[in-house]
Amino acid sequence: MSRLEFYSTSGSQAVVESLYRDLEHRIVASPPGLCPVDLAASFLKLCHAQTCGKCVPCRVGLRQLELLIEDVLNGRATMETLDFIETTAQVISDSADCAIGYEAASMVLKGIRGFRDDYESHVKTGRCLCNLDQPVPCVAQCPAGVDIPGYVALVGAGRYADAVRLIRKDNPFPGACGLVCEHPCESRCRRNMIEGAVNIRGLKRYAVDHAGIVPPPPCAEPTGKRVAVVGGGPSGLSAAYYLSLMGHKVTVYESRKQLGGMLRYGIPSYRLPREELQKDIDAILATGVEVKLGVTIGRDISLAQLHKQYDSIYISIGAHTDKKVGIEGEDARGVISAVEMLRAIGDGTMPDFTDKNVVVIGGGNVAMDCCRSAARLGAKTVSVAYRRRQQDMTALAEEVEGAMAEGVELLTMMAPIRIEADEEDNAVALWVQPQRVGSIDSAGRPRPEKADQPEVRVEADVIIVAIGQSIELKAFEEAGVPIHRGTIAALSSGGIENNDGIFAGGDCVTGPATVIKAIAAGKVAAANIDEYLGFEHTIEVDVKIPKAYLGERPSCGRSELPMEKAYERKGNFHCIECGFTDEVAKQEAQRCLRCDHFGFGVFKGGRTKKW
Amino acid sequence: MVKMVHLTIDGMAVSVPRNTSILDAARSVGINVPSLCYLKDLNEIAACRVCVVEIEGIQKLVAACNNHVWDGMVVYTNSPRVREARRTNVELILSQHNCDCPYCVRSGNCELQRLANDLGLSHLNYHKELPANRWDNTFPLIRDASKCIKCMRCIQVCDKVQSLNIWDLTNTGSRTTVDVSRGRTIREADCALCGQCITHCPVGALRERDDTQRAFAALNDKEKITVVQIAPAVRAAWGESLGLPRDKATVNRLVAALRRMGFRYVFDTDFSADLTIMEEGSEFLQRLQNRDDYAWPMFTSCCPGWVRFLKSQYPDMVPNLSTAKSPQQMFGAVTKSYFAEILGVDPHKIFSVSVMPCLAKKQEAAIPVMNDACGDPDVDLVLTTREIDRMIRAEHIDVHALDEEAFDSPLGVGTGAGVIFGATGGVMEAALRSAYFLVTGQNPQPDAFKDVRGLEGWKEATFEIQGTPVRVAVASGLGNTRRLMEAIRAGKVSYDFVEIMACPGGCAGGGGQPIHEAQELAGVRGEVLYGLDAVNNLRFSHENPSVQRLYSDYLMRPLSHRAHDLLHTDHNAWEMPQRPAAK
Repeated sequence: MSRLEFYSTSGSQAVVESLYRDLEHRIVASPPGLCPVDLAASFLKLCHAQTCGKCVPCRVGLRQLELLIEDVLNGRATMETLDFIETTAQVISDSADCAIGYEAASMVLKGIRGFRDDYESHVKTGRCLCNLDQPVPCVAQCPAGVDIPGYVALVGAGRYADAVRLIRKDNPFPGACGLVCEHPCESRCRRNMIEGAVNIRGLKRYAVDHAGIVPPPPCAEPTGKRVAVVGGGPSGLSAAYYLSLMGHKVTVYESRKQLGGMLRYGIPSYRLPREELQKDIDAILATGVEVKLGVTIGRDISLAQLHKQYDSIYISIGAHTDKKVGIEGEDARGVISAVEMLRAIGDGTMPDFTDKNVVVIGGGNVAMDCCRSAARLGAKTVSVAYRRRQQDMTALAEEVEGAMAEGVELLTMMAPIRIEADEEDNAVALWVQPQRVGSIDSAGRPRPEKADQPEVRVEADVIIVAIGQSIELKAFEEAGVPIHRGTIAALSSGGIENNDGIFAGGDCVTGPATVIKAIAAGKVAAANIDEYLGFEHTIEVDVKIPKAYLGERPSCGRSELPMEKAYERKGNFHCIECGFTDEVAKQEAQRCLRCDHFGFGVFKGGRTKKW
Repeated sequence: MVKMVHLTIDGMAVSVPRNTSILDAARSVGINVPSLCYLKDLNEIAACRVCVVEIEGIQKLVAACNNHVWDGMVVYTNSPRVREARRTNVELILSQHNCDCPYCVRSGNCELQRLANDLGLSHLNYHKELPANRWDNTFPLIRDASKCIKCMRCIQVCDKVQSLNIWDLTNTGSRTTVDVSRGRTIREADCALCGQCITHCPVGALRERDDTQRAFAALNDKEKITVVQIAPAVRAAWGESLGLPRDKATVNRLVAALRRMGFRYVFDTDFSADLTIMEEGSEFLQRLQNRDDYAWPMFTSCCPGWVRFLKSQYPDMVPNLSTAKSPQQMFGAVTKSYFAEILGVDPHKIFSVSVMPCLAKKQEAAIPVMNDACGDPDVDLVLTTREIDRMIRAEHIDVHALDEEAFDSPLGVGTGAGVIFGATGGVMEAALRSAYFLVTGQNPQPDAFKDVRGLEGWKEATFEIQGTPVRVAVASGLGNTRRLMEAIRAGKVSYDFVEIMACPGGCAGGGGQPIHEAQELAGVRGEVLYGLDAVNNLRFSHENPSVQRLYSDYLMRPLSHRAHDLLHTDHNAWEMPQRPAAK
């Protein structure tokens, strides 16, 4: 017997560790809509397996909770059972000795209070409130419902133009989305249960890059109906595209010099090259959409006038005004808003940051766009002031990492408190207050709290405020469009109460959101405007989907899209992301598990052929 | 030119057209790969995993039902892995199936039972775990959760064929099961009670409410005068589950069986089908003469599944329904009035039973206002074809040994026009034969309107009657019906008279008919009915002598005051759950 021994993992423990990883993957791929009571019972079983067995509440109590919840699930419980579960869990939470017990009980309490309706439904009707109606995870997670297994299979089969045609059935921006979509489709990809999601966005980009010019399908017979679209961003142009295909005459009113909305005036060209955006726009306009640039509703023409001239209107003005951070010195020269800066860049007016110290305030994707643009505009230093931790940033992790690789400094746990200016009112520094991590908020992020440390001065000639955008609503509010919390109050159909024939969607309804959500809103509006106009046009595409491969899908990790070298890319606005090679694209396409054919999809909801 | 695919199954060379499933390819050469959830074209979802086969070069076992063959494929349907998987999966299904087989209505006609027997299972290696069952067993349609094997066929037939979406999955995870959609109870649902889910269920999870014991009780009650009517479509199907060949399974042999059972009067619903034609045909002509007073087209009203569908899906079009009662209900009303008078008995003593190919008829008889003859229900009890077959078996009546017997008089006389009510298009054809006569005073050729025959889901035709074109349409199956209704509402089609039957193929394919695995027999049974029409001496409802006497002695004429009281109904006098708003 040695006095001390070096611990090494036993064989079975190593397998358990790998099972933990499998379980993590599985939870990531968990489809929405599962019965929360059933899940609570399953979680509890795992928690109970973790008990050390010393203390009564944990060793015995968790088991009793399991049995009681099983009674609920098996239709053997009464309303009193629910109270009994709650009091028992409360006692365990109060009296267990360590976190294994009291945290397990807290999970049960959180559930029985948070989804009590589900518990009660089981007791009263023997049924659950929920059903699983999201058979194909990627399609269900895509706001526009794009046929992802379909186009992934088409990429695998080398039919790139067909892939583009299939994508366009639900999303007329395959090019832009191949480059900048936030790809919610990947979040619950069932391949996560094995090693990681299919790189769906990468495959979309590959399809577009290799399809050549794909003309849009022919339009339906002209209906003689006229629709005005206010705002030529992704939402407005999507609605315009589908309405045009349905045979309606569409005119897009855009207040800026060019079409594209936030795709042009929000996203820098190193992420979305303008020629790629233009290809999508060209295909949309090829359906016969008319465009009026430089026209602002409320200034050049009123909504009421528009309403007289058109049979229906779709408002999709986006969220293009800046939000103030509200600190002292914000009016100093050198303090600019993210919107203002990215808008100028969108029209090709490049600010000169040569030898400037630039500080960006914010932690979202727009903040990353600003700091990475600033680096490309010659700034001497670029830093981001953010009051939480890096992992709490709302920007995509790859954006943050990309910015850091390009030399951007993250000043995390630093809350901006005031801007210092010289005598001529030029900003010279941003003062920040160091923060410490506090308790967890409802979104699961720790709250920043003031740390007991002195303020810090960050030298800054240019301060870019990127803390969100708001919506220019005045003209619409005056015209009687209802506003709720700074956004247009539209129904889920896109329609607006008491405003017959007027629809709205995109950022101006949701607040700043993703491109694909804006596109989805445009699609929804097109369908409902068509119906409002008295038609039942359907959008479909005649593309045969390759059959699912029955053979092995061997273990194969997820491929990421390669990036240009950081030290080269940061000197220009060229596209920083490279597409897949042929070899990798084929491999990635074959990773798709074809949930449209295997599993629930073959029974219900596997493929929506038209809408 | 269809491209052929060449493959090997169990060592046999097989050539089939491309896009053939492995299952069909195997069955085409007599290799009967077992399956359970599969129903061709309707449910190809590979859920039960009983039809799995092994394919050379493919690691996992592959479902044969929904995967297609390819050139050079080498398939093994009985390899050790396949045998093991098939057996295990059937055992797993049995572990959650209530195997109370001796007293299950599907015993002997259960796809799971047959499969388990075929596989030679002698015991179950798994824990038995049956889901709890909650159901209102007074409803005509009964679901037993403990027998459901979640094959999903009921969901599919209701969604795809009948377009009513009554069934859906409920709960998630291990407790996933089938139940009424959107959290409703069956009474709250807009179920048409067509019973197609029952006839497509592989096991006994779905069935009709069993009313046979009430029938026996009435037969044993000395105070009751039992009167039974036999619906047209029953005669084309009743012998199937009793092993009678079609030429022996005549309605007159069924008459003999019912007499043996103890029914005092055995009558024919064909009689009241003819009566329906007189009333509905006259109503149609009256509406035609006062075109502007009515909503168009006029709909037939003899199918209670269709009436439920219309009331729940298109309630604003209920005025288009003929006010004529269905033949079942007309029969009941005549029995407890005219026939009671003939017998000189108190109508309350009559116990009126009908044998129907239908579940909705059970509900129709229970509609509170269907009591016009004497205040009691006009029809006391409705038995499906399956129930009457079970009663024949329970009474150990050897139908093979029975001689044919004639119906009783006077309500046992029916024409060929009445008998074709049991097939899609039959009501329309019968109505046109008599309408032609009522307008012109002359009979048409009996087969003049046969264009409305056949299994096509939505048929249309235009016939000239004395220079007036009459545009008619016939639909069967509620999915077809919905398409037709939507076309009418969109102004895409325009008709004068429309016949609808809820079940595909009409009553011949009714939800109360005998169940045969993977076979749709509406066509064959319909042919039997058209054959009976062709050989009947009477081809026109207006020539039914019993109907003529009923009018001359009792009702005066079609649409008379008394005819209205007894033979017509107010479709708005009862409530039907409405179709839920789209999600």
